[in-house]
Formats: sequence, structure tokens, C-alpha cells
Amino acid sequence: MKFIKFLLLGIVFGIVMTKSEAVSWFRIQEMFRFQAFHMYGIIGTAVTLGVSGVALIKKFNIRDYQGNPIVFSPKDKSVSRYLLGGSIFGLGWALSGACPGPMVVNVGYGYWAMAIVFFFALVGTYLYGVLKNKLPH
Amino acid sequence: MIELITQPWSWWFSGAMIAATMFFLLFFGQSFGFSSNLKTICSAVGLGKTNEFFDFNWKSQMWNLVFLIGAILGGFLTKQFLSTDAPVQIAQSTIEDLSKLGIGAPESLQPAEIFGLEAMLSLKGFMILAFGGLMVGFGSRYAGGCTSGHAISGLSNLQIPSLIAVIGFFAGGLIMTFLILPLIF
Repeated sequence: MKFIKFLLLGIVFGIVMTKSEAVSWFRIQEMFRFQAFHMYGIIGTAVTLGVSGVALIKKFNIRDYQGNPIVFSPKDKSVSRYLLGGSIFGLGWALSGACPGPMVVNVGYGYWAMAIVFFFALVGTYLYGVLKNKLPH
Repeated sequence: MIELITQPWSWWFSGAMIAATMFFLLFFGQSFGFSSNLKTICSAVGLGKTNEFFDFNWKSQMWNLVFLIGAILGGFLTKQFLSTDAPVQIAQSTIEDLSKLGIGAPESLQPAEIFGLEAMLSLKGFMILAFGGLMVGFGSRYAGGCTSGHAISGLSNLQIPSLIAVIGFFAGGLIMTFLILPLIF
């Protein structure tokens, strides 16, 4: 039962991603062609509220539902892994029109082709694990 | 009221709901990062035996797998009850650009030329889906996160690495959109 809150949050996330059309290949193309504000509005709003909220959590030491401090762990310092990894991710994002979340939302919506995309995302993740030590980080 | 639910939602409401999702996950002691699920699934199917990167206690990430199942359900519920499956209202300029690639104006949420059954079962169509997924999976783990982990969670915490990753997302996306897609389609 302790997982039910995560199931409900996932459902909300899936509905929001579909209703905002952020799961649509068309919307991702429109974004990368800078032809509409829509996707920038979604991400911009989320980040603006996110920055404000995270700052408030830190300032007032807001705790989670069990009373534990909410900790934000800084990401490892590097340029190459983020730039290279990010670029490869971007190539895939613009081709398939979906990042990992929207892939499974699309499967739920009935686009079975996205299950192929998701399966190969798993293969890609495994491939990274295999090649990890040979890549610049 | 029904109309308000079935028509597409505004960018500001959607963005606010995504931020709310992140804050609820933080409040529940976790963090918003979807691509971690890919690593977790690799571990759960036993790939930790052949590769140490996947050798970890994946059960500690069960909450995120449940979130993933919820996301699938969310897509399903939207299709069944909250959608008219109307064409996505993208910009006219995008429709014109895409028509030059042979992709017709939206008739629903996704282009049939890529996600339709016929495309999926053709060699070229299958390769597009496969390579797209492969690069998203490989790239997100290499960069240590995807749109949720870097663009939303990371930027919200003012992380420079996340900003670099997002610049990478766009570098790759622009190369695909303007240089590679015209060669594929």
C-alpha cells in the first residue's frame, strides 16, 4: 500500500503529459524547429516553479512526509559526459519524438510502436553499462 | 467542464502540474528522474550478473517502477476517457516543413508514417524506432539523466551539469532535425 501514492502520481503524470501533447512527435519537432512556444512554455513553467520551490525547501529546511530532511545531491562535475551523453540523447529524442517517460505513456495510449522504442532504450541503457569504462566521463 | 477536460491543456497548467509532480516525489522522499527506470529494469531482469553497473539493489527503486506503471495507466485513461483524439494543433510552419519530409499534417496525436502499424512492420520504420530508442537509452544513462532528471529536477536545483546536459539535448535534437531527418525521410 505504501506504493499507491507513486501509482497515483504516475497516473497524473501520464495524463498531464498526454493532455499537454508533450508526448507527441509533432510537438517535439515543432520545438526543435522553434516554431511554437508550447513546449518552451511547459518546460519553462515547470523549471521556474521548480527553482522557486527548491529554493524555499532549502531556505525553510522543509522536511518530507516522514520528517526527514529533503536532500538535493549535487551532480558529479564533468563536461564531456553531459555534453556527449546529452547530444546522443537529443538525437534519439528528435528521431523518436519521445523521452523515456512519454514512451510508456504512448504505449498506454495505444501506440504499440513506442514499445519497440522503449525496448531499444533498454538495450541502449545496457550498452552504456557495457561500454561505460571505455567512454570519456 | 467536459470540454475543458477533453481539449488539450494549456502550457502553463501542464508545466505547473509537472512541477507539482516533482515536489510530491520530493515530499515522499524520492526524486523525479524517469530514465533511472531503464537501469532498474536492466537490473531486475538479471543483467547485474554479467555487468556490475546493473548489480545493485533494484528493489529500492520499486517506487519508480510503480510510477512508470502509473504513467502507462495515465496514457490509457486519457485515451479512454479524457480525449477526443483530435489532431495536434501544431504551427502551420511546422506542418509545411514536415510535408517536405513526406510527413502529413497531424490527424491524431502521432504521425502514422512513423508510429502506424505499417511503418512499424517495415524495415526502415522499425530501424527508425529502434535507433531512436537506442540513442535515448544510451544517451540518458551516459548523461546521467533525461528530461525529467536534468531539465526539470537538475535545473530546478541550479545544477550546471544539468544545464550542460540540456545544451547537449538541444545540440543533438537540432542535428537530427535539420541534418539527419532530411536524409532519412
